[in-house]
Amino acid sequence: MTCQEFQEQMAELIGSGEDVNNHPHLRMCATCRALLADLQTIADAARELLPVEPPAEDLWQRIELAIQKEDSSLDPG
Amino acid sequence: MPRSQAAKIPPSSPTAAEQTAVEETPPVQTVPPPPAVAEVLALAQAGDHYAFAQIYSLHKRRVYSLCLRMVGNPSEAEDLTQEAFLQLHRKIATFRGDSAFSTWLHRLSINVVLMHLRKKGLPLTSLDEAMEPTHEDGPGRSFGAPDLALTGSIDRLALERAMSDLPAGYRLIFILHDVEGYEHNEIAAMLECSVGNSKSQLHKARLKLRAALRTAIQKGEPS
Repeated sequence: MTCQEFQEQMAELIGSGEDVNNHPHLRMCATCRALLADLQTIADAARELLPVEPPAEDLWQRIELAIQKEDSSLDPG
Repeated sequence: MPRSQAAKIPPSSPTAAEQTAVEETPPVQTVPPPPAVAEVLALAQAGDHYAFAQIYSLHKRRVYSLCLRMVGNPSEAEDLTQEAFLQLHRKIATFRGDSAFSTWLHRLSINVVLMHLRKKGLPLTSLDEAMEPTHEDGPGRSFGAPDLALTGSIDRLALERAMSDLPAGYRLIFILHDVEGYEHNEIAAMLECSVGNSKSQLHKARLKLRAALRTAIQKGEPS
């Protein structure tokens, strides 16, 4: 299998959930091994590095006002 | 359900429920919520405005961060967070506990964002076009010398910068899969595309991120 053939299958191989590291092509191809390692590093970084951020302090007041407005429009009285 | 009692209670003061749930849960949760959180949820479902404010406090960071990553704009993300909690207020009584509440809210929030993006005309419905190979994305361009491997060299700012440059469709699938932990079949259902399309776009998103991160390293940009 060539690098091109392997890389054309990579999306499906990775998405299948199987351990792509055991693929025969990777045993003899340092370039594709490096590519796969990079993609795994990116996926790991996405899970580990991105922070959970708070919204602005006044957002609750805006939501509260919107709820009140919605309630009053639903209230027939 | 009775609607809000308009209690003017800021949701920022920590409560037992907040303390219990200060580490917000991932989208897939298999354990039941702590009793204090379950009680707050039940009260909110019964129309207790103070309990709803606590629900907001417990989940605001996760919902806002999700919106922010999906749209990349703080102001827009706040508007969408507001819309998500308004929808939650309308629908919370219908939550039956078939899934974890955080999972349910997360999915509701994603739907709010997707509806917003569709209204804006962003290319969520042209995913198939994005599957077509291009010179930029093709396998030949994804080759890289092992000595430029990214392992251990990615930091948050570099990743965020690279993500912000991704096309909207790629960014969506990358966020939903790699950041939020959804499976391809779930993403395909959300975006109304095929599972193969989801896999393909995720792969291309990672390839584009890799190219951007490697370029930044080669240029010696602070990461």
